[in-house]
Amino acid sequence: MAGLKTRKKQRLVIATAAVAAVVGAVILITLGLGGDSLSLFLQPEQVLQKKVEAGKRFRLGGLVATGSFIRDDDGLTYRFTVTDCVADIPVRFKGLLPDLFREGQGVVTEGRLDADGTFIAETVLAKHDENYAPPGTAPKNAEACSHPEGLKAEAGSY
Amino acid sequence: MLAEVGHFALVLALVLALVGATVPHVGIHKGHTRLMAMADRVAVGMFLMVAIAFAALTHAFVTSDFSVLVVAANSHTAKPMLYKISGVWGNHEGSLMLWVLILSLFAAAVSMAGRKLPLRFRARVLSVQCLLAVGFLLFILLTSNPFLRLDPAPIEGNGLNPLLQDPGLAFHPPMLYLGYVGLSVSFSFAVAALIEGEVSPLWARWVRPWTLMAWIFLTGGLALGSWWAYYELGWGGWWFWDPVENAAFMPWLAAAALLHSAIVVEKRDALKSWTILLAIVAFSFSLLGTFLVRSGVLTSVHAFAVDPARGVFILGFLAFVIGGSMTLYAWRAPKLVPGGLFGMVSRESALILNNILLSCFAAVVLVGTLYPLVMEAFGAGQISVGAPFFEYGATVLMSPLIVALGMGPLLAWKRGRIGRAAQVVLPALIVALVAGLYVVWQSAGGLVMTAFGLGLALWLIASVLLEIAERTQLFKNPERFWSRLKAIPRASWGMSMAHAGLAVILLGITISEAWSREELQLVAPGDRVAVGGYDFLFEGVAPVAGPNFTAVRGFFTVSKGGREVARLMPEDRVYADPVMNTTEASIHPLPGGDLYAVIGEAAGKGRWSVRLYFKPFISGLWAGSLMMMIGGLLSLSDRRRRVGAPMGKRKEA
Repeated sequence: MAGLKTRKKQRLVIATAAVAAVVGAVILITLGLGGDSLSLFLQPEQVLQKKVEAGKRFRLGGLVATGSFIRDDDGLTYRFTVTDCVADIPVRFKGLLPDLFREGQGVVTEGRLDADGTFIAETVLAKHDENYAPPGTAPKNAEACSHPEGLKAEAGSY
Repeated sequence: MLAEVGHFALVLALVLALVGATVPHVGIHKGHTRLMAMADRVAVGMFLMVAIAFAALTHAFVTSDFSVLVVAANSHTAKPMLYKISGVWGNHEGSLMLWVLILSLFAAAVSMAGRKLPLRFRARVLSVQCLLAVGFLLFILLTSNPFLRLDPAPIEGNGLNPLLQDPGLAFHPPMLYLGYVGLSVSFSFAVAALIEGEVSPLWARWVRPWTLMAWIFLTGGLALGSWWAYYELGWGGWWFWDPVENAAFMPWLAAAALLHSAIVVEKRDALKSWTILLAIVAFSFSLLGTFLVRSGVLTSVHAFAVDPARGVFILGFLAFVIGGSMTLYAWRAPKLVPGGLFGMVSRESALILNNILLSCFAAVVLVGTLYPLVMEAFGAGQISVGAPFFEYGATVLMSPLIVALGMGPLLAWKRGRIGRAAQVVLPALIVALVAGLYVVWQSAGGLVMTAFGLGLALWLIASVLLEIAERTQLFKNPERFWSRLKAIPRASWGMSMAHAGLAVILLGITISEAWSREELQLVAPGDRVAVGGYDFLFEGVAPVAGPNFTAVRGFFTVSKGGREVARLMPEDRVYADPVMNTTEASIHPLPGGDLYAVIGEAAGKGRWSVRLYFKPFISGLWAGSLMMMIGGLLSLSDRRRRVGAPMGKRKEA
């Protein structure tokens, strides 16, 4: 347990430790930023353009196409189409949909494409209200869409 | 009328802040005591003015004065009183008012409580504090005036986002702001010390309680926020590594590092310039958080409105404060006289390791938070950095921290002996290994991370207990145990409590992650669902009405081994004004874990989709946070911490 005799030596040791930690953190960041940690946000048109491979995790955003919403017989699996009015992607989700999920409204879903090109969503976020929208819920070419805002009486579906 | 009074008071506060930011420096330069002493009066006056403005705004909310734009946009007559009041800070303008209120409160508090500080130094600190107030007051008055009138006044207001109408969230912003803004005091002390060119142990003894207080509030604010996410969002999750959460987590990490490095300055007169830097960085994180959250760069439930002018103003202010203080640091820090030497193995080194790891982790969180913004700015598309990245960073950087945490308090200042410390904590190592191996053996190889997390948590708890045992010489000299136990200073109890709190949080995370059980099912009245050994009986639904919402309420009876243990009543609410659905999870905490139920939608024939959870020991998260806060308070109440009190000549074992 040799003590550090001089201030210079002490500073050297601290600096070395700090540099080692920083290098460690940098390695960590470069490693960590690969793989599943990063997920790209894409709209249906981009998904088709980029030919995203099956199994790659990403976030899909757009509008829920009017008339596309189906509930499977198990009552827990939902199918709908996410559209940016240029391209459509079919989505399947098992779980509880968010309260504000409506046809014609913006959603962001996170998940992967399966082999048939269906997007298997693990999470679904819906547009909250006029003041708060999760990033990217409004499609860039929203004007091209003529979907009505389906916020009418569906709230009282029970 | 009152709104105009509030507006006028705010302008007066700005004038006072401008005076406070300049005159004391002139006084110091000229050696003019009365000009220096102006800082005190200005600080108190500024606080009074801001308090009047805040009271005027609160009055407008309480009386539902919809001729004030902010009130009309965010309040409603049918809202319960608690949410009328919390609505004051549940919007952009009001939350900035709260920020300035706390900022000026702290300025006044430094002035009142700091009478024993040298006048010269106090004047410097207060004038830095005033300068920060100038920035925020200008921001409010120029871009976010809460007293704008609306003509004609509407009969009814827009209401508050129902997600925010929640008791946990009513107190989350004030708590977090007390923490955020509390760090401004450390910042002001650091800048004042740089201007004066001197950092003494006395300085550290001053900065530490303020940092400690800020850290306690930050801990509380974060815990409340994640508790809210846990029960209000209905996903069963409590932390999402959302940029807004990260924005509050980074100052917490920096404050935790600052707390520890200030100890080294106080006790050993070393690490001065690093501590100054940390104080600057910690508050910069607070400002960065404000920028990220309030500018609309990030869209989230925290971003109330997107207005580019606001973003540009905060960014400019951010550049001014961080750039200015860093320049000052680069210029003045080399002049600070370095302090005492210490050995490789010593308490100082352990605290440095703590600082390196905490800062690195803060940097990792920063990169993960800003990376998507940078990528988008460079046109690389929209990217989000997910939880795996942060979790990976936390595991790699926090595990060594916790290992070191067990040993650190046992090392002596200046030169410690690792062998001796190792001897003391050997039983802790054994406990940790046994626990870890048991988990691995039980689940036949899986769950390596669980075993690791559990081992770490138990290691930490055991070594905290062993440290107390060592301090009181429980094993060597047991007959004097009680008198020694009573003689342990409160600051040490605080340390043990806070460290044990960290262990309890880790325990909560590990156990709830590993053994949570979840069922997603479609149920009809009379159906039973088994989740983690508990039997959930669905009894049906009934409509209910609240003050400003209607809801469908589901009824569950939960039993274990035929004995009823809880009744759960999750709701699906529809709020009026604004029309919005929210899911109210029903949670029943048991000693072993939480029962958690969420009701979804009707699926015809009386069937409902429901999500049921059993989350073992998740209460460890809140209990651990509470322990950390109590630890902080204990340390704060230590008589040695009170400046002016004579230093006790207590010999540490």
